[in-house]
Amino acid sequence: MIKVTNLKKSFGDLEVLKDINVQINKNEVVVVIGPSGSGKSTLLRCLNKLEETTSGTILLNNIDLTNKKVNINKVREDIGMIFQQFNLFPHKTVLENIIIAPMKIRKKSRKDAENAAYILLDKLGLVDKATAYPDSLSGGQKQRIAIARALAMEPKVMLFDEPTSALDPEMVGEVLNVMKQLAHGGMTMVVVTHEMGFAREVGDRVIFMDEGYVIEEADPKQLFSNPQHERTKAFLSKVL
Amino acid sequence: MNFIESIVSIIQKHGTAFLEATTITVSITAISLIIATVIGLVFAFFKVSNIWILAKLADIYIFIVRGLPLIVLIMFLYYGISSVIVLSDFIAGAVALGIHSGAYLAEIFRGAIQSVDRGQNEAARSLGMTAPLTMSTIILPQAFKRAIPALGNQFIIGLKDSSLVAYIAVTELFSHALTASAENYMPFETYLVVGFYYLGLVLIFTLLLNYVEKRLNTENLYMKKLKKKTHSL
Ligand SMILES: Nc1ncnc2c1ncn2[C@@H]1O[C@H](COP(=O)(O)OP(=O)(O)O)[C@@H](O)[C@H]1O
Ligand SMILES: [Mg+2]
Repeated sequence: MIKVTNLKKSFGDLEVLKDINVQINKNEVVVVIGPSGSGKSTLLRCLNKLEETTSGTILLNNIDLTNKKVNINKVREDIGMIFQQFNLFPHKTVLENIIIAPMKIRKKSRKDAENAAYILLDKLGLVDKATAYPDSLSGGQKQRIAIARALAMEPKVMLFDEPTSALDPEMVGEVLNVMKQLAHGGMTMVVVTHEMGFAREVGDRVIFMDEGYVIEEADPKQLFSNPQHERTKAFLSKVL
Repeated sequence: MNFIESIVSIIQKHGTAFLEATTITVSITAISLIIATVIGLVFAFFKVSNIWILAKLADIYIFIVRGLPLIVLIMFLYYGISSVIVLSDFIAGAVALGIHSGAYLAEIFRGAIQSVDRGQNEAARSLGMTAPLTMSTIILPQAFKRAIPALGNQFIIGLKDSSLVAYIAVTELFSHALTASAENYMPFETYLVVGFYYLGLVLIFTLLLNYVEKRLNTENLYMKKLKKKTHSL
């Protein structure tokens, strides 16, 4: 579904991604781990062109996103992205947050968009928050609404950039549960996280990154119990 | 005639004319601020765009307009432009005031737009929204709200600056004061009275602004309360 080949990305003189090659298959949950500053967020942000790539190709269903002629707005409609800081629209209610993109971009009628939004909210147990503003929600609720907002566009892939890192510990579970449900429903997901339990339980594959390289990638059980590289071992010994 | 009597006589003689002139002051201010808002938004967009030449253009505009005394700009436009295109005094004045305030509003809008968290733009763009749609539905509403105090301030300055168009024969409030004081030989009292007209205008505008600001700030709070109420029912 996504095929990244020889991807490089520099910010000025700083080369952050150095020759990345990864593939993400349909219905697969790929978890990306690695130390802070290793380029995980940058890789994720290249996948929906929030960052311009320096060289290499990114194929999404055989469309090369690095081709300047590709309409990136159209591509992004099919790629949901979840941020560490939620980034809900504070001047809009929960319901408006969810329906704005389906209405303005997918040209759904307000009625259809709202019905779909309520179905999502119902699944998340957040129907009673529909008319609330984001400021009044807890972190866990905000992140679940952010997921609902992305899902309302019916994306083919979801990218998660440390979705639980800004949450109080007691709220991490509710967000991970939603992500698990999504995974079980067959959503293709790329998840940057420090939640090793989630990686082990839900991940089909784990990618370990360090200093702009993919050092190792393997089935989670294998990678956690029998890492092949020194750097992976060193990292895992710190986080496990 | 003592001081009080002079004041009373000025109000009796010119009060109504001053009030009529006030409507011209208000309308030239309003029109100039509409022009200024359009100019300000356009140049603010130029400045936050990644297009080098547009950002430079905005810088040059702001530099020139801020560097020129307003009265020079007014005279320049009145005599300069009017010699090419026939503009009424009123229009020439409104345009000059608008060009002037526009430069300041551009900086206010730019600051407000840039103060909106980058994550807002990224979230909207990642949903597939185009840059213009993101700007109009996500960034600008938040930026406007933050800009209101600074906008209000600039609008008040614009109102007071409108007095300068008296020098290109627009018969607004200050020009009436000029003629009245030349007739009655009571300049001190005349300008005092006119001063209160300006203060009255600014007061009304300030109250209006406070009301708008309060509405915007309490809107969210109000919605929440309403929600709670309907729940407890
Ligand atoms: N916009 C940017 N400009 C300059 N440097 C950046 C930018 N974004 C990230 N970096 C740098 O790129 C490196 C990788 O960052 P990031 O992808 O955020 O790492 P991670 O998500 O793995 O912690 C870091 O050294 C970071 O400082
Ligand atoms: Mg990161």
